[in-house]
Amino acid sequence: MVKTMFSKGKIVAKTGNEIMAEAMRQIAPDVVAAYPITPATEIVQIFSQFVADGKVPTEFVAVESEHSAMSATISASVAGARAMTGTSSQGFALMWEMLYIAAGLRLPIVMAEVNRALSAPINIHGDQSDTMGARDAGWIQIYSENSQEAYDNMIQSVRIAEAAKLPAMVTTDGFIISHCMEVAEVYPDADVKEFVGEYKPERALLDYKRPFTLGAIDLQDYYFEHRYQLAQAMRDSKKIILEVADEFKKKFGREYGFYEKYEMDDAEIAIVTIGSAAGTTKAVVDNLRAKGIKAGLIKIRVYRPFPAEEIAKDLSKVKAIAVLDRADSCSATFAPVYLDVVAALYANCGDKAPKAENYIYGLGGREISLEHIEEVYMKLDAVAKGTKKASTQVEYINVRIK
Amino acid sequence: MKKEDKKLTAAELPAGGLLEGGTAENFKTGPWRSQRPVWNKDKCISCLTCWIYCPDSAIKIAPDEKKTTVVTGIDYDHCKGCGICARECPPKVAAITMEEEKK
Repeated sequence: MVKTMFSKGKIVAKTGNEIMAEAMRQIAPDVVAAYPITPATEIVQIFSQFVADGKVPTEFVAVESEHSAMSATISASVAGARAMTGTSSQGFALMWEMLYIAAGLRLPIVMAEVNRALSAPINIHGDQSDTMGARDAGWIQIYSENSQEAYDNMIQSVRIAEAAKLPAMVTTDGFIISHCMEVAEVYPDADVKEFVGEYKPERALLDYKRPFTLGAIDLQDYYFEHRYQLAQAMRDSKKIILEVADEFKKKFGREYGFYEKYEMDDAEIAIVTIGSAAGTTKAVVDNLRAKGIKAGLIKIRVYRPFPAEEIAKDLSKVKAIAVLDRADSCSATFAPVYLDVVAALYANCGDKAPKAENYIYGLGGREISLEHIEEVYMKLDAVAKGTKKASTQVEYINVRIK
Repeated sequence: MKKEDKKLTAAELPAGGLLEGGTAENFKTGPWRSQRPVWNKDKCISCLTCWIYCPDSAIKIAPDEKKTTVVTGIDYDHCKGCGICARECPPKVAAITMEEEKK
């Protein structure tokens, strides 16, 4: 029986999309500008129904493309509005130049993003290549394992973005979470409203008594300093993310950090992954632990900023790890999350770092099962014992190669 | 050679490349003109159409003794000579005409 963690919480059955729309209704942003795309459509569709029914006072702008969606969201934000949007995959890719602009202009936009594979070929199912492709854009990236996390992450992200002055995206795995009905706890409107508070921008274009220009040109003598500021803001956001999580825990009860550690205290082998597959992995860890195998899992929640020192510290005692990426970088070497993890290990652990393997799984919504994950752990077990060598190139799970 | 202003650091710069408004006051763009508008005070009816249309906010206005806003002249430091004011001035009024900018 799922219990509430907040005294005024209510248990509901909602899909990832439904719960993200619900979070948006409670956040009640001033402006939402959006365009539909599978599997994110429902978020803004349900939200627009709330607007039509008078359940939320948001100004909803139905734009003609995702590029326009982000452009309109940016403009609303500069005007002084709390502005949000939602998209996925190709739509997210279409707004790519505007993502960089939102971050460069330091606007606290929050986006609900449903992770879906990028074309070509066209695929509407879940993988993380879309947001992984924008990991350099200067957006905070928070990945959700399930509906509860999606809901809680949306609420926290409003506070995080506004304090850090950085745009933030909250994701769920396409179809797997976005369309999966789950049991989750939601909080009363008044409590969410109190937590997110009022948006008080330092400067707003609608404050015509203090006019300013935003988005001007920089020449060779200033661009670098402005971009340094952006990078520093990302570094500084780590502290803000933990502060908001702390406040969230005090009010609503659930604890959040940069990542979740599952059975990591004495783990000898560990998987690092992001998203819904972490849920599957937890079941595998439980099975292995019952057999006496010291397996653990680190589920990354905050991927940007990347918690390098912290993750290196928590992995340093482990003998062998595998990073499971739901995106392929096509780099001829390794995949995104692996690169960040290994750089962290190299910088912080040096030659004492654990052996690290990289697996790519689940592209285009390809299934990943308990058996697949157990196979990874069995290989890690052998590597830890020295009976097998760690793979020095990326491996693939559940794809027909030959 | 203009003396270089001290360059700001990342810590000193406002976030997001924000620039305070009104910086155009510091730069004379008038010298860009190849034509200049000439305003006839006697013909002008202060309809303010030229003021609305001027892209450089170069039509000067002020309240007169009856507190009515009237045109008082042209800011030649910032007027770029686009000719929109002369074009938009009602044909029956024709209070602004364009002439060649004298060297």
